[in-house]
Amino acid sequence: MLIELKGVHKTYDNGQPLHVLKGIDLQIEKGEFVSIMGASGSGKSTLLNILGILDNYDEGEYHLAGKLIKNLSERESATYRNRMIGFVFQSFNLIGFKTAVENVELPLFYQGVNRHRRHEAAMAYLEKMGLTDWASHYPNEMSGGQKQRVAIARALITHPEIILADEPTGALDSKTSVEVMELLTRLNREDGVTIIVVTHESGVANCADKIVHIKDGLIERVEDNRLHHASQFGTDTIMK
Amino acid sequence: MRHRFDFDTFREIGDSLFRNKRRTILTGFGIFWGLFMLLFLVGGGKGLKQSLSLTFEGFASNTMVMISSNTSKPYKGMKEGRYWQLNRKDVERLRLLMPELDVVAPMVSNWGLTAEYKGNTTSCAIKGISGNYHKVEAPKLKYGRTIRDADVEQERKVCVIGKRVYNDLFPQGGDPCGTFIQVGSVFFQIIGVDFSSGNISISGSASESVMVPFSVAATLFKRGNNVDIICVTGKPGIKMSSLEPRVRSIMAREHLFDPTDDQAMVVLNTEQVFSIMDNLFRGVNFLIWLVGIGTLLAGAVGVSNIMMVTVRERTIEIGIRRAIGAVPRDILSQIIWESVLLTLTAGSAGIVFSVLILNVVERIVPQAVTFQISFWTAVLAALLLSVLGVLAGLAPAMRAMKVKPVDAMRDE
Ligand SMILES: Nc1ncnc2c1ncn2[C@@H]1O[C@H](COP(=O)(O)OP(=O)(O)OP(=O)(O)O)[C@@H](O)[C@H]1O
Ligand SMILES: [Mg+2]
Repeated sequence: MLIELKGVHKTYDNGQPLHVLKGIDLQIEKGEFVSIMGASGSGKSTLLNILGILDNYDEGEYHLAGKLIKNLSERESATYRNRMIGFVFQSFNLIGFKTAVENVELPLFYQGVNRHRRHEAAMAYLEKMGLTDWASHYPNEMSGGQKQRVAIARALITHPEIILADEPTGALDSKTSVEVMELLTRLNREDGVTIIVVTHESGVANCADKIVHIKDGLIERVEDNRLHHASQFGTDTIMK
Repeated sequence: MRHRFDFDTFREIGDSLFRNKRRTILTGFGIFWGLFMLLFLVGGGKGLKQSLSLTFEGFASNTMVMISSNTSKPYKGMKEGRYWQLNRKDVERLRLLMPELDVVAPMVSNWGLTAEYKGNTTSCAIKGISGNYHKVEAPKLKYGRTIRDADVEQERKVCVIGKRVYNDLFPQGGDPCGTFIQVGSVFFQIIGVDFSSGNISISGSASESVMVPFSVAATLFKRGNNVDIICVTGKPGIKMSSLEPRVRSIMAREHLFDPTDDQAMVVLNTEQVFSIMDNLFRGVNFLIWLVGIGTLLAGAVGVSNIMMVTVRERTIEIGIRRAIGAVPRDILSQIIWESVLLTLTAGSAGIVFSVLILNVVERIVPQAVTFQISFWTAVLAALLLSVLGVLAGLAPAMRAMKVKPVDAMRDE
């Protein structure tokens, strides 16, 4: 079991405590393609941040690849994030004053990989994303789809076992959304990367093999979607 | 994961500075200006001091000059306002009664004279001096020699001319020794040229004087036994100000004026003048460093402040870095190094700029004065800068370290 959550609780406390996750139990195997759906404010992003060790939780247990993720030192959690997990965000979160290739290189910089090898690896991933020509462009010179593909290249460069994506198509039109989802699907099928996607869009969720529905901080149901019939709009398109 | 500070880290920091030019220039300007001000003021103060010291050039720092004046108090039946004069006996008396004195040199002088040589004329003053006068006011001999005791004893009609007199009478230059110039109706043979440029000289500046043997001048100006001025210098280690009361009382007894009558005899004490100057410059220097370092500190606080703001602006960037593998220490060192690199670059620009400006000032100022700061002042400034850089970066770096990886997810 790659990911195992048992009774995970999370409360935000900004003056007034807000109980967001109220006991999440979730198991995800290596190589699965999972999407998380739910109403706005139901706690999807909160859950994903905990899975990515970007944030901590208050109660329960989270095991990642057998290791209990609790009270890790900054160095340990940074190492897990860097080695095991790749992040893709709704707003791309590229660094504006760095070119595409420099953005992709950055995780390797923090691993201490030398510049030459970093650059080579980054170029290889950009090529995979069909962005070779855009390598030395800055994010503000690229379209949303291109930026998201740069972000995916950055997520992939450390060969993570898991890709966590929070509404990766949220800022894209339907055509580029399809492209991005096809990319993630291919990564899952061909390279066996475990993928977890938070989304509002049923078409996006339909790409996954398993759909986790969250309601008010609890898992409402887990839907088996290996046949990809979840979306009433069909299997091939993503309706906006 | 990373431990070393290597070229890659340096590049990373450089990129973040140089690709955010506006931000960087804004931040660095305070340091640039602070350092420029500090060094410019230090150099300016140094030049000013030198140029003022030139005025006192050649003057022994333990000289006392006595000039007789009208009495201001009635004494032994004599009314106030009586005029008296120093004379040659006073010279002997001082030599005898005051063994602390090194040189006792009488002088007579006359202004508003005209010197002529082969049709060239110039206005000048004649100073009749004794053979030991060069110990009071050191000449800068360009040619020849000074007036000697033998010249005085034998009443030779010889002279040492000052720089301006020389330049006016001998526009073609060259060694004038041996030639005769005419001052008033008398011919003097030149034996020396004094290039000293001091401005505080007794009875007019050295450069406008024609110095002749004391005995010759006394006869020429029909002074008899009288003397205009007596200059004395103390033996090494003697404080001239402590001798003043005794000198006054000796003169008072001899010339019958009230020993408490300070106005009856004017006494100029170079020791006092020099110490006032010294104190003045100590004060000026202190001010310069105070203002300079204040400006520099203000610059550093500015850097710290602006970096504080930019750290807030960079929350998402820092969050992203943390999310993809940076540990807090990476962030800490990045911000501190950014601050150090920024202060050093801006500061070096300040150093270079101040050196350039001081160079220009040095060219514009006619006197041969050094305004340029020394190498070690620059090194000290650079060291100061690095320390300031670290200090300025500390608070922003602490704040940056508090940014959590989850902050990358906030989209604003
Ligand atoms: N850092 C935070 N501090 C306080 N409250 C927070 C914080 N982050 C999220 N919340 C609150 O927690 C609840 C769940 O937020 P979360 O972002 O997980 O929702 P979500 O399911 O991702 O919603 P959406 O679909 O709109 O992105 C919301 O009510 C939100 O206001
Ligand atoms: Mg969300």
